[in-house]
Amino acid sequence: MKKIYHRIIQISGNVITVEADNVANQELAEVKSPQGTSLAQVIRLDKSRVYLQVFAGSRGISTDSEVRFLGHPMRVAASDALLGRIFTGNGSPRDKGPALTDNFIDIGGPSVNPANRVIPKNMIRTGLPMIDIFNTLVESQKLPIFSVAGEPYNELLARIAMQAEVDIIILGGMGLKYDDYLYFRETLDQQGALSRTVMFIHTASDPIVECLLVPDLALAAAEYFATEKNKRVLVLLTDMTNFCDALKEIAITMEQIPSNRGYPGDLYSQLAARYEKAVDFETAGSITVLAVTTMPGDDVTHPVPDNTGYITEGQFYLVNGRIEPFGSLSRLKQQVNSETRADHRALMDNMIRLYAEYKESLEKQSMGFRMSDWDNKLLKYGALFEARMMDLNVNIPLEEALDLGWKTLSECFTPAETGIKSDLVKQFWPQ
Amino acid sequence: MTQNQSTSHVTGVNGNLVSVAFADAVTQNEVAYVMPADGSRLKAEVIRVRGREADLQVFESTTGVKVGDPVEFTSQLLSVELGPGLLTQVYDGLQNPLPELAKQAGYFLKKGLYIYPLDQEKTWDYTPVAKVGDVLEASDTVGTVPEGIFTHRIMLPFAWQGSWTITWTIGPGQYNIKTVVAKATDGNQERDITMTQTWPVKIPITTYKDRLLPREPLITQVRSIDTFFPVAKGGTFCTPGPFGAGKTVLQHALSQRSEVDIVIVAACGERAGEVVEILREFPHLEDPRTGRNLIDRTIIICNTSSMPVAAREASIYTSVTLAEYYRQMGLSLLLLADSTSRWAQALREESGRLEEIPGEEAFPAYLESLVANFYERAGLVQLNDGSLGSITICGAVSPAGGNFEEPVTQATLKVVGSFLALSRDRANARRYPAIHPLDSWSKYNSIVPEKKVSVARNLLRAGNEVDQMMKVVGEEGTPTSDFVTYLKSEFLDSVYLQQNTFDPIDSACGSQRQEHVFDKILEVINATFDFPDKNEARTYFQNLRQSFIDWNYCPWQTDAFKEQEARIDNMLKDAR
Ligand SMILES: Nc1ncnc2c1ncn2[C@@H]1O[C@H](COP(=O)(O)OP(=O)(O)OP(=O)(O)O)[C@@H](O)[C@H]1O
Ligand SMILES: [Mg+2]
Repeated sequence: MKKIYHRIIQISGNVITVEADNVANQELAEVKSPQGTSLAQVIRLDKSRVYLQVFAGSRGISTDSEVRFLGHPMRVAASDALLGRIFTGNGSPRDKGPALTDNFIDIGGPSVNPANRVIPKNMIRTGLPMIDIFNTLVESQKLPIFSVAGEPYNELLARIAMQAEVDIIILGGMGLKYDDYLYFRETLDQQGALSRTVMFIHTASDPIVECLLVPDLALAAAEYFATEKNKRVLVLLTDMTNFCDALKEIAITMEQIPSNRGYPGDLYSQLAARYEKAVDFETAGSITVLAVTTMPGDDVTHPVPDNTGYITEGQFYLVNGRIEPFGSLSRLKQQVNSETRADHRALMDNMIRLYAEYKESLEKQSMGFRMSDWDNKLLKYGALFEARMMDLNVNIPLEEALDLGWKTLSECFTPAETGIKSDLVKQFWPQ
Repeated sequence: MTQNQSTSHVTGVNGNLVSVAFADAVTQNEVAYVMPADGSRLKAEVIRVRGREADLQVFESTTGVKVGDPVEFTSQLLSVELGPGLLTQVYDGLQNPLPELAKQAGYFLKKGLYIYPLDQEKTWDYTPVAKVGDVLEASDTVGTVPEGIFTHRIMLPFAWQGSWTITWTIGPGQYNIKTVVAKATDGNQERDITMTQTWPVKIPITTYKDRLLPREPLITQVRSIDTFFPVAKGGTFCTPGPFGAGKTVLQHALSQRSEVDIVIVAACGERAGEVVEILREFPHLEDPRTGRNLIDRTIIICNTSSMPVAAREASIYTSVTLAEYYRQMGLSLLLLADSTSRWAQALREESGRLEEIPGEEAFPAYLESLVANFYERAGLVQLNDGSLGSITICGAVSPAGGNFEEPVTQATLKVVGSFLALSRDRANARRYPAIHPLDSWSKYNSIVPEKKVSVARNLLRAGNEVDQMMKVVGEEGTPTSDFVTYLKSEFLDSVYLQQNTFDPIDSACGSQRQEHVFDKILEVINATFDFPDKNEARTYFQNLRQSFIDWNYCPWQTDAFKEQEARIDNMLKDAR
């Protein structure tokens, strides 16, 4: 029998303090107010004072509101019954289905023992040359899309998810616009993928703190499917910047000293605890994490994209509806691109290098300088590169894209001008 | 409070900081165990004492800890176990063997599970060195066992002060690490010596005769380091750079190619996947210097970003203590820490929970001295028996926003001997390794005479100036001679500074090869060419670059290498 407490001694931001004993760190509680019942989580203990973050917010909570401790941390009911279901940010059904009560597992569990990981080895094909050739996506990778607000990042996310060969898709929405939520649901439905999908959706109109649980719920479910059911799971998290802002809000309420633009000093560890759940097991399934990180003010040095970039295995920059070659990076590409085709790596490196030179020529041109022969070659190349490699409408297999790469080079340059080593030129240069 | 007041118990929980009302005396930095109701024992370290309350940083998640939970103090400082069998191991920040943990706990780490770091069953081929009646001091050799290709010295424990006379020794034979192999007395007491000893990680091991100035270059086989920004055995260097600039790839290359006896890889708060590459590949990669597998000369300390933060802080100290232990055997070590910024952030998190007055960017005010103390544990030393041992430390630094003005980079720059600045622009342009040739510096000696190197340095500077100027006046406004300077510096960059880390030949550029190739490059730099126009000049250098790149892929001193060199010589002859 759990005790009920009525003595709330402090309400500040979305954190309340109650006098209670025998309460465990991270334990859940229910807070009842005239506004309804909200979940809350213990975030600090100080003698008999218990600090709780209230997920639905503190609005309407009074000093004599009822606090009932549940005796366990946040959990998710892990079973096949999750499939096809849609939940809110606190784990209750958003669809019309029943609440699940079987096989509860704790969320935010310990990290995978590094000794149990294997080197990722399976390429995930997307049909986008900018990804497949230049920034190859790999099963078990954790990778964010860095995007300015307004870019079609959710469309890109959905397209990769539909094209990727995975068993289960788990979508975690944080501050998701309702229309975007409907878009995801519709797209998954049209492709017949809804029955192998689980959604935890926190929408833009839900209380902001409630999105804090979304990544952990999604990833706990993913771990269940990967380890217990040997499934290849793809987790989509959008938008992680909202998650970070919720962390910031709680930290400020708790009067923590901010490290950088108001964000708490443990932002890196908090993000890493989530992203590092991406994993490939030797004897079980895998978890791949694709996330969206919108960049406030289009600034990649903003603490959220900055900390994210230091954690993830690369990033896709989405700018003007295109994946930018500079800054975009897949750090796992070298695990797979030696196996694809002999020319893959060399083509990748040299085409990008030449594109960088093209950018310089473009700059010179815009400053009114005379274009040398070399500049003109680069200008021709750059335009072809953008149309054939960068356009998100292009949808061709890797091998075709590589051939197109050689074709583009040969239309613009002599072999020596490309800097590709001679034996590859001999083999692949179009005659 | 329901708790018995005479036992120590938890009074508060704030993240991994637990406040404890203690019963007897406590020692700063001693290890304690928090014991929640689920029966687990969570390791913790005392980091502050105020009145009758101690603040502990817990090396585990504190989920489920309650006010009133009992706490047990051990009176032991946070320590590591030293003895034969450390090599090839993979430990977490507290020296728990991860593969062993995996056997016992499965896919995930299990909190409160700690395992003795060394194999206690395995027997070693022990040879006594000290004889009865010999007088020894801390660190003197008592006996030896072979550990792989190394002679592992069993030493008089570092903590034993004064002179000790050996009173008994065991004969040669096969013994496990816990066997008493000798006894010694200091006149007051007789003590047993086994093959292991413990040492507190935050205290440097200093039982050597002398510290010497590092002079001998540490060959890394990375051209841009060995020739331009060298590192000395016993020196320190850092590799700051924004994310994705190539810090980890560079450290991995160093861990494979560096010409040292032992490499300690400290994966500190970075991605687990990166350690797995080492874990899985090193057992199969040959160390060309010894013919053994790379793993045989490696220790991995792995406390990655999602592992407990307090243990991340400890992992740096654990790593350097293991390095110091092997240095006492007259070996050269390279400690690669990726990333020291994550260690600093762990310090920041702790400091924040302690509500200390923060310094810049909320880092603790004492950050600088901690960084300095860490790098000061590197060094070249002369041991009691006259032999030399060295620890070279390379710290990756991950500055927020890629801005080197931040506190960790600045604190590091004050204490290291060489600074390899990794640049975002170079990485974007795929000019790897992205070590910036103008921003980086080193205080150590190069394998190439400085007179020669400075010719190349001046060229890089001049080439950069021409490049800047061309951005203003355009190519057509640039004299051909300046343009050739620019082409020469681009050439030097492409074929010498840039190096293919993932190619087995190009990535392993020994010192002889570097000297040889560098001389050839100097020929190009010093040559005067007479080109009719810029296009011709550009084409010539493009072709020259191509032949040098092909040359870089030829194995050293093979026929292919010599043929390609002859081709290059012809090209040079023709143009002058
Ligand atoms: N020498 C190199 N040759 C080829 N590619 C490289 C090289 N160095 C880095 N890269 C590319 O850049 C990617 C990122 O490199 P790396 O992981 O070393 O960056 P980092 O500086 O450690 O970043 P972080 O701070 O986020 O850990 C690599 O995965 C690889 O694709
Ligand atoms: Mg790295």
